[in-house]
Amino acid sequence: MRLVAIGAAAGLFSALFGVGGGIVIVPLLLLAAGYAERPATGTSLAAIGITALAGTTLYAFEGNVDVGYAALVGLPAAAGAIAGASLQQRVPVRALTFAFSSLLTGVGIWLIAT
Amino acid sequence: MSPTTVAVGLALGLAAGILAGLFGVGGGILFVPTLVGLGLGQLDAEATSLLAILPTVAAGALRQHRYGNVRWRDAALLGVSSIVGVQAGVLIATNLPEDVLRRLFGVLLLGVAAQLAWRAYSSKA
Repeated sequence: MRLVAIGAAAGLFSALFGVGGGIVIVPLLLLAAGYAERPATGTSLAAIGITALAGTTLYAFEGNVDVGYAALVGLPAAAGAIAGASLQQRVPVRALTFAFSSLLTGVGIWLIAT
Repeated sequence: MSPTTVAVGLALGLAAGILAGLFGVGGGILFVPTLVGLGLGQLDAEATSLLAILPTVAAGALRQHRYGNVRWRDAALLGVSSIVGVQAGVLIATNLPEDVLRRLFGVLLLGVAAQLAWRAYSSKA
């Protein structure tokens, strides 16, 4: 029953913001479903596949999905994510996180202010 | 799509993927502002982002499966349960003014930025 509630919350968040919803699923699996970090991340990714597919389908009916743009950023990103995950072992991620956090803050302010 | 848009889109997509893999965040949080930067409206950017994350998510899920980190029954239950939430989310997003939706997304980014900084700050290097 907890998984059903977590799934529903993640689905709402995912469709509202166009994101996978891992930011909701992973902490809830850790806190409310007794998961450890690695299985939470792995199981979340598999669940997001279904969530994102459902969101894409429903938005496609509304005419909001641009397949060309999705391929343009989505395909190089899949390759980049594999590179990024393996880089994680070799670079000082902790120090870089503050720079990345500042970048996200800047983009957030840009979206709010324009 | 102009050649410039294609070149910028490919570069930003690659960069978004590397950052997502490096910092363990989802691609969507980076795809949406990227697509807005490329000229899409907020709603189209969000809808397109959901399709764009599928290849990354599929590759990530397969890799995690090989490490034995995916509990497939739970994942299926989570995914199927999410569909009702997705319907509500689409309904809300398509009825909100786009500038409100964009500002809400901006607030989400600030929240993720704060969470990342906190995680890095509290983890002892």
